[in-house]
Amino acid sequence: MNLLGDAIGWIFSGDPGRGFDAIPLAIGVQLLYTLIAVVIAGVIAIPLGWYIGHTGKGREIAVAISGAARAIPSFGLLILLTLLLGVLHKPEAAVISFVVLAIPSLLAGAYTGFEAIDRRVIDAGRSMGMTESQILWRIEVPLGLPLLVGGIRAATLQVLATVTIAAYIGLGGLGQYIIAAIPLRRFDILIGGAILVAVLALVIDGLFALLQHLVVPRGIRAAGSAQPQRRSARQRRAEAIAVGAPAAPATTP
Amino acid sequence: MNWVGNNLDLIGQLTLVHLRQSLIALVVGFVISIPLGWVAWRYRLVRSGVITITGLLYTIPSLALLILVPVVTGWYSIVSETNLIVALAIYAVAILVRAVADGLDSVDAGVRQASTAIGYGSFRRFVAVEFPLAGPVVLAGLRVASASTIALATVGILVGIQNIGYLFTNGLQRRIIPEVFAGVVAVVVLALVIDLVLVLAGRLLMPWTRRVSAAPSRRRARTAVPA
Repeated sequence: MNLLGDAIGWIFSGDPGRGFDAIPLAIGVQLLYTLIAVVIAGVIAIPLGWYIGHTGKGREIAVAISGAARAIPSFGLLILLTLLLGVLHKPEAAVISFVVLAIPSLLAGAYTGFEAIDRRVIDAGRSMGMTESQILWRIEVPLGLPLLVGGIRAATLQVLATVTIAAYIGLGGLGQYIIAAIPLRRFDILIGGAILVAVLALVIDGLFALLQHLVVPRGIRAAGSAQPQRRSARQRRAEAIAVGAPAAPATTP
Repeated sequence: MNWVGNNLDLIGQLTLVHLRQSLIALVVGFVISIPLGWVAWRYRLVRSGVITITGLLYTIPSLALLILVPVVTGWYSIVSETNLIVALAIYAVAILVRAVADGLDSVDAGVRQASTAIGYGSFRRFVAVEFPLAGPVVLAGLRVASASTIALATVGILVGIQNIGYLFTNGLQRRIIPEVFAGVVAVVVLALVIDLVLVLAGRLLMPWTRRVSAAPSRRRARTAVPA
């Protein structure tokens, strides 16, 4: 356990060692890459997912894409793009591979959020005279939000993990401590870096769990079906039924 | 693509190593997940605990997990193959425990009562009735776990564990694009082949699912893949 003590000592020493970025800078770089990639992927995937969820068109393709994307090794894609774009364009290559990785989770979060909504709620909106855009923005988007945030959570953690690996191509971030410490046999830096990566991921996951809880519309929470965790299809179906409960119409603001 | 032609032996050899590592991790993860998933399904209180703990482990990025598990346990070295297999098995368990618990949830309560009524004890009921009927959902979880395990195993090379990931680091150092490309293709093909094997095994073991092929195995355990 002395190794862990040394690692924690290194984290709080204020001197990461020669050739390493300062820890706050590394955390900043790590978060910045993650943010940029998730935002770009969100701009592409969320409207597309909403379109699939609203119209029901292209669902099979989206399912197939998100299934196949799971088999792509993110580390290999990162290196392949780095070589293809040239070493001078490392940041662009890295961001492209992060975006590619984030898209399936965001797409799934967006369309499953719409699919989980009880059709009767949408029919009720239509029969009250709501236009398609009102149905989209006042029923589907708010009710689909918890699952969308779940998708953003999954995508963010996945990108965060891949940014760590991207230190191998010299992108900076927290992964540099792990990757550079191995040949140096500096176990304090190696383990300290791993602790920082794990803690950062857990903190971000916790924040998303909180956010997922907060975005559940008030009416649904009142119906007692708030499910902040990532849910299974079964639970989603159960929630969809709960959305159809009498309290649901109150959720459309 | 000259490089690929000259190095088919290397690619094949690394692919076999990769397959062995991934399969051991999947089998170990699956074997652990069956009782754990049953406990999580049977006892509500345990369920949230099990799902939370495996969920937190799933959240930890692979590169950190590959360092922290051997350091905290002290059972094996960072560069040993066991390290990679344990880390991959941990991620597989996180996916499969949920799949097993969800699968058991999906078993019709009437069927469960009927099997109890004709004299099945809880163990025999689990083996002969509940687990087979949970099969399609468990299979869907296994397919997710196998694809992500095979893709993720490549990260092992960053801490010195050889498999297809070697083609990525070596390809970058020597700037051989076909080598890296061959590695990506090998991983994807391996994942697709194992997926196909799982689907065929599911058809053989659960012949009743063929008739209702439209509905099952839609369910996906999770969208995320740890990198």
